[in-house]
Amino acid sequence: MGLDALIAQRTFIAELRGEHPEVVCGRVAAASEVGARVVDSTGWILVAGVALRPGDWVVVEGTLGRNGILLATHATVATPYRKGGHFGSPGDEFVRLGGRLGRLQLRDQAMQAVRDFFHQRGFIEVETPLMVPSPGLELHLDAVAADDRFLITSPEYQLKRVLAGGADKVFSICRCFRRGERGPHHNPEFTMIEWYRAWAGYQTIMADTEELVAAVARAVLGTTQARLPDTTDGGAGLELGPPWERITVGGAMLRWAGFAVNGDETAADLLARARTAGLAMSGIDDRSPWDDVFFAAFLEAVEPQLGRGRPTIVYEWPAPLAALARHKPGDPRVVERFEAYAGGLELCNAFGELTDPAEQRRRFKKDLADRAARKKALYPVDLKFLAALDEGLPPCAGIALGIDRLMMLLLGAPDIRDVVAFTDDEL
Amino acid sequence: MYDTSDLKKGLKIMFEGGPFLVIEAQFVKPGKGAAFTRTKMRNLLTGSTIERNIRSGEKMPPADVEENEMTFLYKEGDAFVFMDSRTYDQVQLAENLIGDDWRWLKDNLACHVLFYNSRPIAISLPNFVELQVTKSEPGVKGDTSGGAMKAATLSTGAEINVPLFINEGDFLRIDTRDGQYIERVKGG
Repeated sequence: MGLDALIAQRTFIAELRGEHPEVVCGRVAAASEVGARVVDSTGWILVAGVALRPGDWVVVEGTLGRNGILLATHATVATPYRKGGHFGSPGDEFVRLGGRLGRLQLRDQAMQAVRDFFHQRGFIEVETPLMVPSPGLELHLDAVAADDRFLITSPEYQLKRVLAGGADKVFSICRCFRRGERGPHHNPEFTMIEWYRAWAGYQTIMADTEELVAAVARAVLGTTQARLPDTTDGGAGLELGPPWERITVGGAMLRWAGFAVNGDETAADLLARARTAGLAMSGIDDRSPWDDVFFAAFLEAVEPQLGRGRPTIVYEWPAPLAALARHKPGDPRVVERFEAYAGGLELCNAFGELTDPAEQRRRFKKDLADRAARKKALYPVDLKFLAALDEGLPPCAGIALGIDRLMMLLLGAPDIRDVVAFTDDEL
Repeated sequence: MYDTSDLKKGLKIMFEGGPFLVIEAQFVKPGKGAAFTRTKMRNLLTGSTIERNIRSGEKMPPADVEENEMTFLYKEGDAFVFMDSRTYDQVQLAENLIGDDWRWLKDNLACHVLFYNSRPIAISLPNFVELQVTKSEPGVKGDTSGGAMKAATLSTGAEINVPLFINEGDFLRIDTRDGQYIERVKGG
């Protein structure tokens, strides 16, 4: 029988029944005098009776014995291991991806669960462009240039234009690109889900977020109890089901950093309060801008306390960190913005969306001035987005949630590398 | 001068007025904020560790320390004893100053001992060491994870992950900076 005909009779290792001859197609993971370990995508089995070489892709004919060993009568090398050195050394794809494939399969299930979740709630998935004329002006996001355009740092401008066009509930799952962001929680290219609701406030988005994460956890893990890496809380569990803990930014700063942040104080005031409260505030001085002072304190004292035991929603951000959020009605010092933290990860960022075109223009102007002051690239303003605001947007709220972070959270992965097939440095 | 992008495990810097050894450096960036490097450092004088978030772009000078080439002799109680290969002077370093590096310290290993004001305060290992495997299950059984690695114990007592083809008695080249297996080598 030819090799192709043999392969056509293949039985997956997990489905071997024994008693009669079967054909196994797989990889020789290891071999010794007594036998070899052959793996396929469903599992592994010990093979005796034929000499096999580690690394080769082989077609083995044999019968499964009662002892669980495949007694081979014949083996053919379909593709040999041609690399020098030993199979299974660092640098082999088998080593790089070996432990990851199971997680990638769970990620695939999670993506399915995310889409099911939104379709069941009447959302439509809209594909947004990755190449745009304006990547967003936010001070701390650097875009990747692509020809005469830029790769998106977020699909928010385009999704808000879709709302201006009359859509009610939309979501987009897409790649976003942020130059220079590489670390255990960052890859310059990552997957985001953004969803928007017209005629809804950001409290509704909070509820969506809680329900989405719980639904995906149940689909992937069968429970809302997430695993955590051993380094976090000694490997203790994290309950992802609603309700999550909720605390305002002001409340969190007061509680863990030990001083008040109102949103209308100067950077110098803020720094003096942080120093009085005993924070180290490394590298921050009198010339540091407001947001750097705030985040130095937030990262030092608050962030490590968030999302332990259950996720935390941190809401009502100070006005200097407004981004595209609208002011809280009745209190211009804070904006309708929230982030959720869980197991040491920042999961998402949401706004009660700013729909006022005049205020939006002021913010773009300020973003550009801040970028110029710090000698950062000045990107074009998205005029079609501003025109959509002039045309009119219904009251709406929206959110961006990192899929890679969500997978890290669900699977207890300490590095983003563990939940994607390729990181930037693996290309 | 170093800046935050240079911060890596093993780097020695002056920080807040003292010499520090970087133990961990992690890129952190709030969604809407500036990037920081969350850095865990060991004070080379006191052995105590601190954690600081250092704003991206900050500059810091290298630590003003002197290095002598020395040979590791043996461990006596809580102290690790080293000898200067030229002068035969012996110095002792306490366990807390050695940290995790004990894992790669085999007898007669040549390494650098750091002095700050003539006091031995730390060691710096060669990037690669060769150590023998004293214990490891054969690769064809036991491992059900589907992963391609297994655990092995080295002659120093350290445990690392190695490929399935490694056997007891093999000599391995290890990267001391991250504790990763590099390759199998001929007898040490």
